[in-house]
Amino acid sequence: MIEFNLPSLGADMDEGTLLEWRIKPGDTVKRGQVVAVVDTSKAAVDVEIWHEGVVHALTLEPGQKVPVGTTMAILREAGESAGQVEAMRKQRSAAKLPPLAAHVEPGTAAVSAPHREAPAAARRPVSPAARRHAQELHVELEGISGSGPHGSVTVADVDKAAAAHHTAPLDRKAEMRRAIAAAMGRSKREIPHYYLSQDIPMQRAVEWLLRENEKHAVTERLLLGVLQLKAVALALARTPELNGFWRGDRFEPGAGVHVGVAISLRQGGLVAPAIHDVDRKSLVELMGSLADLVQRARAGSMRSSEMSDPTITVTNLGEQGAGAVFGVIYPPQVALVGFGRVADRPWIDDTGAVRALPVVTASLSGDHRVSDGIRGARFLTELHDRLQRPEEL
Amino acid sequence: MNAEEMRVAALSILRTIAPEIEPAELVPNRPLRQQVDLDSMDWLNFLMALHRQLGVDIPEADYRKLVTLDDLVGYLLGKQRG
Amino acid sequence: MTRISCREAMRQALREALTRDPRVFLMGEDVGRYGGTYAVSKGLYEEFGPERIRDTPLSELGFVGAGIGAALGGMRPIVEVMTVNFSLLALDQIVNTAALYRHMSGGQFSVPIVIRMATGAGRQVAAQHSHSFENWYAHIPGIKVLCPATVADARGMLWPALQDPDPVILFEHAQLYNLEEDIPDALEVDLESAAVRRPGDAVSLITYGGSLAKTLAAAELLAAAGISAEVVDLRVLRPLDTETILASVRKCRRVVVIDECWRTGSLAAEIIARISEQALYDLDAPPARVCSEEVPIPYARHMEEAALPQPEKIVAAAKSLFG
Repeated sequence: MIEFNLPSLGADMDEGTLLEWRIKPGDTVKRGQVVAVVDTSKAAVDVEIWHEGVVHALTLEPGQKVPVGTTMAILREAGESAGQVEAMRKQRSAAKLPPLAAHVEPGTAAVSAPHREAPAAARRPVSPAARRHAQELHVELEGISGSGPHGSVTVADVDKAAAAHHTAPLDRKAEMRRAIAAAMGRSKREIPHYYLSQDIPMQRAVEWLLRENEKHAVTERLLLGVLQLKAVALALARTPELNGFWRGDRFEPGAGVHVGVAISLRQGGLVAPAIHDVDRKSLVELMGSLADLVQRARAGSMRSSEMSDPTITVTNLGEQGAGAVFGVIYPPQVALVGFGRVADRPWIDDTGAVRALPVVTASLSGDHRVSDGIRGARFLTELHDRLQRPEEL
Repeated sequence: MNAEEMRVAALSILRTIAPEIEPAELVPNRPLRQQVDLDSMDWLNFLMALHRQLGVDIPEADYRKLVTLDDLVGYLLGKQRG
Repeated sequence: MTRISCREAMRQALREALTRDPRVFLMGEDVGRYGGTYAVSKGLYEEFGPERIRDTPLSELGFVGAGIGAALGGMRPIVEVMTVNFSLLALDQIVNTAALYRHMSGGQFSVPIVIRMATGAGRQVAAQHSHSFENWYAHIPGIKVLCPATVADARGMLWPALQDPDPVILFEHAQLYNLEEDIPDALEVDLESAAVRRPGDAVSLITYGGSLAKTLAAAELLAAAGISAEVVDLRVLRPLDTETILASVRKCRRVVVIDECWRTGSLAAEIIARISEQALYDLDAPPARVCSEEVPIPYARHMEEAALPQPEKIVAAAKSLFG
């Protein structure tokens, strides 16, 4: 018997709301399969499973909000019968109190609100789809004017009301702010940051990119940010202590280079989901992954592995005009790389002449519990060198 | 397409990238990317959508010609005739 | 791509079947020397001879029964019933024999027969020859019911229908015979799925057979009024492709079903029942129907037109789903 528990989808998550099951009892699940969608206050995340087995029972209903670690489903392992699993479950629940007792049913808080009595004759038609939609958006149907046939309230009316009240978006915004506050507060309390920076000439990278992009249609063009991501991932090979996690008073090296990309959301807030194995992907693949990730992050549909396992984060505020960024490390990671604006600056070249060159300031925020400044400096130098050889990225 | 139709088409594509914009509030002769807050990924997505929906390919070397909405509409009209 | 008429497409389909499989033969009233009431089999008698293009006496009960016997005996008969109203004379053979033999024989016998018949109104042939009874046949387990609405389907459905081990009824809407369309050279036709003939996202118009052209015309009018209509062609009336229907309804959240059958107990009623059962919470307005008026189909042209689904009626029904 395997108990599938609600995973932590980021250091700042301690509870989640089950939105939807993607499996049902009797299904066979494989490693990496998306089994549920969970709302973590930051986004709706596709939760993957890392066991194999047959779904025996789902112990959580959509709508329930539960702490990380709560059992969501029971799986049968190969060779186990339903009877065996049932017997084991009975044994366990006898040994401990039923874990579901503490769960808050959705809507129970709302029941205590004063009950409004509406005269039956005045009942306004609400389309079934609009009713469900209003529930999803937490919009009160009361007071919404209907534009459908016979004055009925439609999905579009609910959307309009939601936009007018900003009910849902505001909630989401506030929750995301709280989540960021918790993670960043913890980081600054616990992580002794050190900061380094280095100016990196970008002429070769910019020119190489321009030449490459000239050869391709608009749908196949690369962004400079992709070169920066790949250079960071390759540079980490020499300083692996910047890539991984600080857990339980010790450093755990990352199993791969999974770079969290800080993505600002249009409605405000920030997420930093991972692109996996950046050091092993080609630039074209990386561009595809980045475009896909940005699009999904903004649509709010990310996968649990992307949310929970970045081994380092890269943030780029250059487009917003910042000259450099000294970022706050996202725990339990141990480093963060920042890029500022790529802008023409006076630069003294190899011959001693002053020239105008595109230059970027790259920075490293490091966790001093894990690495020292000298290692961080080596990383930045390696990053500098990688960016001078764009054709090898 | 005439200039007005092109403007409407470009704005409707832009809205798929930045749903929060109010077309009426855009100043057509001021830099577009500042008004709409498009980063380079948004910008590229915008150009890809123009390419897909209007069949216009915009070489990277031409990006700097496309500062304002007016520039963009004029550029697209020119491409359409060419 | 080749541009051909629906009539020519059906003739090509018959010729292909007769050429590819020696067990196939065509039988019915006036299909041979006369070339078929709708001229579908014109020339086939000369080409394949009286053994394989067989004129029958005026007895639907008799020759449909003979077709079933031939199918039981290993042949692959195509039986043409002139129009759907005459098929009522053969109803016992179709419902009690063809549809039930697999069951009654405990799986020992199957009846691989294809019965073609013209259906539908709109040609001023008066009440007795203007019926739409597709829903009656779609009611019966044990048979498959097909209704092509495009020239490509008219060309492509017959051969796979002949491969079905059980009886298949192929309805040909009589107004389609003169329809001309391009068909691809390599035709791929399945007998499972409904087809989205025009994509849209504001209202789903579900139809089949002779009403497809009217529905597409309505979709065009709706587009001009700023309403994006999706048009689904059922193609296969039994078993229904519920998945495609529901997907379209879930996307558009509004639905009109267009069906030339009379409203009461129509195929439209069944489709709306399924939508209500499975997609109620996706609906933004009550589902609507456009069917034939519940009167005998009139002879006079203006009255016949008034009795049948028309683009204007479809547009009005669709618009009523918006405020």
